[in-house]
Amino acid sequence: MSLLSETLPAGAMWSMRIPRHRSLVLTTRGAGANVSALFFNATQPLDRLNVPDTLKALHTAKIHQGHILMSDMGHAMVSVTEDSLGWHDPLAGHIDAEMVREKFGEHGYQQYRNRFYRNARDNFLIELGKHGLGLRDIVANVNFFSRVNVDADGRMSLAEGHAPAHASISLRTEMDLLVVLANCPHPLSPAGDYPSVPVQVEIFASEAPTGEDFCRNFRPECGRALALTERLFL
Amino acid sequence: MSTLVYHESCLNPADATYSEIIEAGGGCFKLVKKGQTLRFIDLEGNQAVDTFFFNAVDVAERYSAQDTIREQTSIYLTTGTRLLSNLRRTMLTITADTCGRHDTLGGACAAESNMVRYALNTRFMHSCRDTFLLQMALSGYPVTKRDLTHNINFFMNVPVTQEGGLTFEDGVSEPGKYVEMQAEMDVLCLVSNCPQLNNPCNAYNPTPIQVIVWD
Repeated sequence: MSLLSETLPAGAMWSMRIPRHRSLVLTTRGAGANVSALFFNATQPLDRLNVPDTLKALHTAKIHQGHILMSDMGHAMVSVTEDSLGWHDPLAGHIDAEMVREKFGEHGYQQYRNRFYRNARDNFLIELGKHGLGLRDIVANVNFFSRVNVDADGRMSLAEGHAPAHASISLRTEMDLLVVLANCPHPLSPAGDYPSVPVQVEIFASEAPTGEDFCRNFRPECGRALALTERLFL
Repeated sequence: MSTLVYHESCLNPADATYSEIIEAGGGCFKLVKKGQTLRFIDLEGNQAVDTFFFNAVDVAERYSAQDTIREQTSIYLTTGTRLLSNLRRTMLTITADTCGRHDTLGGACAAESNMVRYALNTRFMHSCRDTFLLQMALSGYPVTKRDLTHNINFFMNVPVTQEGGLTFEDGVSEPGKYVEMQAEMDVLCLVSNCPQLNNPCNAYNPTPIQVIVWD
């Protein structure tokens, strides 16, 4: 039984303070979704998602089950406890108003009311503003449900057809978090129709990771990040 | 490994208006004006130079690694790469590079990330973020940890595999290799000459670098 269930329409923004040891589950309601995400320690927003620290600790350029997204203070923010896709993008950043205009055309509120084309940058600024945060707090983000390939020469490309309908990822909060989401197109999306894929957000009760927890033992770095996080709650 | 492209500069160090040697573990915070050219020289080879840029007029505009690599669809920085801000404006353009490849995925080392990566008892070792925080605190500019994000590591080699792995390879740099960039706006250049001893980014032997600026 979920504590909360909400469906984010295409283009939607969302933020919420979520206590420690809940499971945040995102599920696509169509093919081709992308959710850009930022994470902050709810009690100290300067303690925030750090993509490079996460990637180098995990020796990865993709996010999947077993991984722990880490803050710049060495803390575990969320653990990826379940993941149907095996690859989520931590490299390419998020889309802004100009990119949306260039790729998908003008589609303003005046004409289209709440079906107007939103972008992740403006969504982040709005949601962060509600929490007293702003542009300075927009750090490197992750993109759930998208895959960016990198070839031998370092060239980046968005994988087409990566996320089907009903793809899901489950994130266990390891500290009290401010989670900010934007259900907006990936910034490397090809021009054409604005992707219109609702994404369901659910929150469930969860439990502290045990000594045998899969994410804690995925790599020694994961165990140390959890140990440092547990110091916040002595 | 892919081919590295080298591009030499025609600038003469004798004509430079500023030159400084930065020892390993040291740093600087320097205003570089629009039109000026900035060069980093890896004096002894395989030395990571952790670097970050702010718009000198409005420090909320700052270097953005994700915007830089995505807009140019390349994870490596080299000659011709525009270093973009979080507002997708060009801050500097790399104009010469005798190393051929620089990293912007790996970020800066910090006491906390060292504790996660290596061992909890690495907490008291020197790190790039400590240099960044001290340089910012002493700079007189309104910049704090809040303004510090995902930086550049000049002379560092961090390839991504086709399976999505991130690897830390031996440096592709050698003594005397340099990278040069021209400022497209007035920028504040924040540098830490990396003191990391726990991995091969400095070949386990951090060494001095030189910073040169031409008008």
